[in-house]
Amino acid sequence: MTTESLKAAVPAPQAAPTAGRVTIRGTVRQGRRPAVPRSVRRAAGPVGLVLLWFLASATGVLPESVLASPVDVLRQAVDLTKDGELPRAIAASGRRAAIGFLIGATVALVLSLLAGLFRLGEDVIDSSMGMFRAIPWVGLIPLFIVWFGIEETPKIALVALGVTYPLYFNIYGGIRSTDAQLVEAARMMGLGRLGLVMYVILPSALPGALVGLRYALSTAWLALVFAEQINADAGLGYLMSNAQQYFRTDVIVLCLVVYALLGLACDFAVRILSRRLLTWRANFEGEA
Amino acid sequence: MANSVEIRGLSRAFDGNTVLHDLDLDLREGEFVALLGHSGCGKSTLLRILAGLDGEIGGEVTVPVRRSAAFQSPRLLPWLKVWRNVVLGLPGRPDRALAAKALDEVGIADRAGVWPKTLSGGQAQRVSLARALVREPELLLLDEPFGALDALTRGKVQQLVAELWQSHGCAVLLVTHDVEEALLLADRVLVMDGGRIAHELTVDLPRPRDLTTPDFVSLRARLLGWLGVTRTLEGTPS
Repeated sequence: MTTESLKAAVPAPQAAPTAGRVTIRGTVRQGRRPAVPRSVRRAAGPVGLVLLWFLASATGVLPESVLASPVDVLRQAVDLTKDGELPRAIAASGRRAAIGFLIGATVALVLSLLAGLFRLGEDVIDSSMGMFRAIPWVGLIPLFIVWFGIEETPKIALVALGVTYPLYFNIYGGIRSTDAQLVEAARMMGLGRLGLVMYVILPSALPGALVGLRYALSTAWLALVFAEQINADAGLGYLMSNAQQYFRTDVIVLCLVVYALLGLACDFAVRILSRRLLTWRANFEGEA
Repeated sequence: MANSVEIRGLSRAFDGNTVLHDLDLDLREGEFVALLGHSGCGKSTLLRILAGLDGEIGGEVTVPVRRSAAFQSPRLLPWLKVWRNVVLGLPGRPDRALAAKALDEVGIADRAGVWPKTLSGGQAQRVSLARALVREPELLLLDEPFGALDALTRGKVQQLVAELWQSHGCAVLLVTHDVEEALLLADRVLVMDGGRIAHELTVDLPRPRDLTTPDFVSLRARLLGWLGVTRTLEGTPS
């Protein structure tokens, strides 16, 4: 009984495909069907979703109290830009993100270099970073308010904290994944300690650092969203919490869209940067 | 002629496991020595010690200050253009003309400005040789530099190494497990076994060497015998 059911589960051994022939068809297009440009293909998904959203709002399936229609959101964008409120909010938020990012990136860079290059640094720093990372940084908001009050400082500190971890771990990992054979060869060629760091260790940490940068930038915006819920008197978060009081879903959605666009812009910038800095890599770039 | 390398009572152990036993060896200036042996016999360990990459040794080793190496994999830095790889670690500003000269010597001057990823295996190994020779070493250490190359490319690069050795006049220590390669290139072949130099053979054949001459064939048979490889399998074409 048992053996029988086992037999049924295991597929019968197939005959080795020795006989017969296969035709390998060429994949080169012969002008039958004009290829859709990749940029159009990539845009199709998001555009389709917005269209669906518009249709749902226009037909009343999606009431405005739940989610405003894209047309209203667009109208709000125009109005708030005209009276200067949106640009001011973006500037205020951007400033927080930039300062927080710079502080976090500096801390991450210094710590990862110390931990990556020196064994003493590793022993002291890396275990501590591992411990701190286990604390969800959003959970530190109450503590930050106690320490820094409710002005700009806790907001910037939260962004800096969110940025530090992904950058630290990726740069540290990048430094430690340096090919020992390359280090050996470079040392053989007469590179000193500083030369090794400049020409071997930092360049090989670069791909990891850029991945970390992408994470860090998206975390920076995320941290900002949380941080700006704390008693903000300017910025996108302030605009959002105001809108919440008046049930203005159009403004809320507008702010979310702006957050997303800012995040996308950062991501795009890092991708351009990566392409420029990593031209030396021979990588798989996906199939057509 | 004076000695380029003097090794006295050299020993090296990894975690209590002795890899080199009280080894003595001299290399004369300009001498080409091949070091043969099975995997794990200690030949690469010896080369790394001479390169200065491994200092946890017993005994005494005297080597020229100016020495360089080429390894089985070319070990080029992928983020530096080929010519920058060649002059890596030389004092002063990167000298493109110097790199171009060295690359010309190994026959790939036209690849100076490309990324290493675009090189073929043989080309990369040539760059690695150029990088070693641009330092004008008195001792050149070669750790199976032809091991990863296909047979056709290997022959060409071996020929190149023979020419470069003759024009530069440096002492060469070549670690290999290829008996024919050792006999084609070296003045002296050492066979290592169990951390000692078990056998030594002076190769008196005229250069350039022909691996079909009876002398060559008999030397090869001797070396293969020392290595414990017998080629008398029935049906194996010789």
